[in-house]
Amino acid sequence: MSILVRGAAPYGETPTDVLIADGVVVALGADVPAHPAAADAEVIEAADLILLPGLVDLHTHLREPGREDAETVASGSAAAALGGYTAIFAMPNTEPTADTAGVVEQVLRLGESSGLVDVQPIGAVTVGRKGTQLAELAAMATSAAQVRVFSDDGDCVHDPLLMRRSLEYVKAFDGVIAQHAQEPRLTVGAQMHEGEMSAKLGMTGWPAVAEEAIIARDCLLAEHVDSRLHICHLSTAGSVDVVAAAKARGTKVTAEVTPHHLLLTDRTAVDYDPVFKVNPPLRTDGDIQVLRQALADGVIDIVATDHAPHAVQDKECEWDQAKPGMLGLQTALSVVIRTMVESDLLDWRGVAAVMSENPARIGGLAGHGRPIAVGEPANLVLVDPKATWTVRGADFASLSGNTPFEGMELPGRVVATFLRGRPTVRDGVLAAAVATGGR
Amino acid sequence: MTTSAIPVIDPALVPATLALPRHLLSTGDLTADTATLILDTAARIEQAIAGREVRKLPTLRGRTVVNLFYEDSTRTRISFELAAKRLSADVINFSAKGSSVSKGESLKDTALTLQAMGADAVVCRHQSSGAPHRLANWVDGHVINAGDGTHEHPTQALLDAYTLRRHLGEIAGRRIVIVGDVLHSRVARSNVLLLATLGAEVTLVAPPTLLPIGVGSWPCAVDYDLDHALPGADAVMMLRVQRERMGGAFFPTEREYSRRYGLDGRRRALLAPHGIVLHPGPMNRGMEIEPSVADGQGSVIVEQVGNGVTVRMAVLYLLLSGASEV
Repeated sequence: MSILVRGAAPYGETPTDVLIADGVVVALGADVPAHPAAADAEVIEAADLILLPGLVDLHTHLREPGREDAETVASGSAAAALGGYTAIFAMPNTEPTADTAGVVEQVLRLGESSGLVDVQPIGAVTVGRKGTQLAELAAMATSAAQVRVFSDDGDCVHDPLLMRRSLEYVKAFDGVIAQHAQEPRLTVGAQMHEGEMSAKLGMTGWPAVAEEAIIARDCLLAEHVDSRLHICHLSTAGSVDVVAAAKARGTKVTAEVTPHHLLLTDRTAVDYDPVFKVNPPLRTDGDIQVLRQALADGVIDIVATDHAPHAVQDKECEWDQAKPGMLGLQTALSVVIRTMVESDLLDWRGVAAVMSENPARIGGLAGHGRPIAVGEPANLVLVDPKATWTVRGADFASLSGNTPFEGMELPGRVVATFLRGRPTVRDGVLAAAVATGGR
Repeated sequence: MTTSAIPVIDPALVPATLALPRHLLSTGDLTADTATLILDTAARIEQAIAGREVRKLPTLRGRTVVNLFYEDSTRTRISFELAAKRLSADVINFSAKGSSVSKGESLKDTALTLQAMGADAVVCRHQSSGAPHRLANWVDGHVINAGDGTHEHPTQALLDAYTLRRHLGEIAGRRIVIVGDVLHSRVARSNVLLLATLGAEVTLVAPPTLLPIGVGSWPCAVDYDLDHALPGADAVMMLRVQRERMGGAFFPTEREYSRRYGLDGRRRALLAPHGIVLHPGPMNRGMEIEPSVADGQGSVIVEQVGNGVTVRMAVLYLLLSGASEV
């Protein structure tokens, strides 16, 4: 099967033709007509569209096993493909926890059978994410799932000794610890960002320092043991300072920001609608400005969704009873266009870097985030940058509808997604699931 | 028995600019005019029933008021119950204990149940900040916040303002000191917003640990030193300090708290000669207030309770008789 993508602009630059055959890019531009696969290629007209490497999400909650009412690997994979993703990393806070080779392999297999994106499991750092005993990290690393990213996300690995040991231990297989930075004692009962809004609304505050203190500590630990640290969902201006300082010293630290922390503030809590409850919480305008600049400057390496589906009953309730988290996979690219591209903070090369190349590199996923070049795997996404659309959670592929962007008009539409040359999305609609080979 | 229907204020005569919000969720939603309308209405109700053998008005006959209480609060519940009954409304008490709530029914399902039963007003007390706001999305009737988590308690602030006005005349320009656990106090939040709207100069006094980060944006002054804040004040309002706050390291010991922030006789004497002492109750005698002060001259603590019924009658009357936004 061969496909000719005609007239798309790679990275928003000079339009060209891209010929895909047998899962790889086989010819570009003037070389396309002479290529043997061009003769019977299916043509996709892509004038005015932008071609990017398929997006990679380092931070997705798929809820399977355990909460299949909120999301499954299949439904989350569909949402990912529609959002332009070709690979997603599945967080281990499932029931049971993905803290053994058995569970991570189960998630891997579920991803393979849905076949819409590559689902790369993340393993828990500690048994049951309880923060007391290391999980069998090497067993997960050497399993069929080849886990390289480990995280207790949802909870912080707060014991400094355990954090040190896990950072050291994963060096043996080039692993990385993805830390949910939240000092637990400073956030007992915390509901939202601690500031003027929490004072007004009478809700227990989640102070910025609770994130910054853990990031500072862990940067020092990573430097001390010379290991790789990744900061999940960095949310405050102060955290940016800490990471910038650590990077300047040569610490192997990377950081992610979520789309919602780039666009929404704590003022959204004013009506106590828990669709805006998330952990870490939405911060202030000042934080947003610093986060955007840090993403542009490379202090923050990637955008990750922290896609967190929740069943209706877990959001349609009192704020402090609601579960934290919001959908992200089908809105991430549009929010990045709104916050970063429209403001000229990032060009399309930059979008490819923070949403595809960098996350693939941090997560050790060799077949994704590759250049658009001959011989490279055809994991690609076609974007209409001029289109706008209105967010409707009910229309999403996710089993849950908890999007904080409901009703917002956002720019940029995913027209097609290709996983190793096969369209998983065509004309913005999901293609039939396909069986996949290796990653 | 004669219970002539005395229209306290004809709702049709209330100008649109004076319309109350549909729900009473926060005193921040009240303007000086609408707050004053409530206080004036309460005063007229007080006059209307003063000296009557049957202290009951027929105004809300046939209307249903539901007291939806997720927290134990006997004094607030019976105050609302009495207020509704004195307006001849039918009152239903729906408490979290002994109902489907304790079996895990969601707030939304409870709301839809009350809606189906035709509640004209739901008086909601809840341990979660914002629960009455959520409730207001799911019922057509008027929602009255009777205390939500550590957020607000609007009718408490209104009865406090009513009490202040009775004793001090105008509230505008008066200096009022509020002392205690501001961080966790719904009474403090509602009072700061309402009293500032009515033109009072409010000073909050507390140890820094019991003031919220962000208090600087509130329309009031903040002081850590009670002896500094009290001299010449027109009123002091003492807040209840929960003994269980000790676990959160907010202050070292009850004794130290009492020493620095308790109202004893010496401090009481620092108020202006006409100064009054308020407390929303229930009091920790010996902790935030000395018994001799609580029971002494200028203490209006017991009167606050009676005023609570009158002010809640005014709120129910105005909301249910059409003087609110639809």
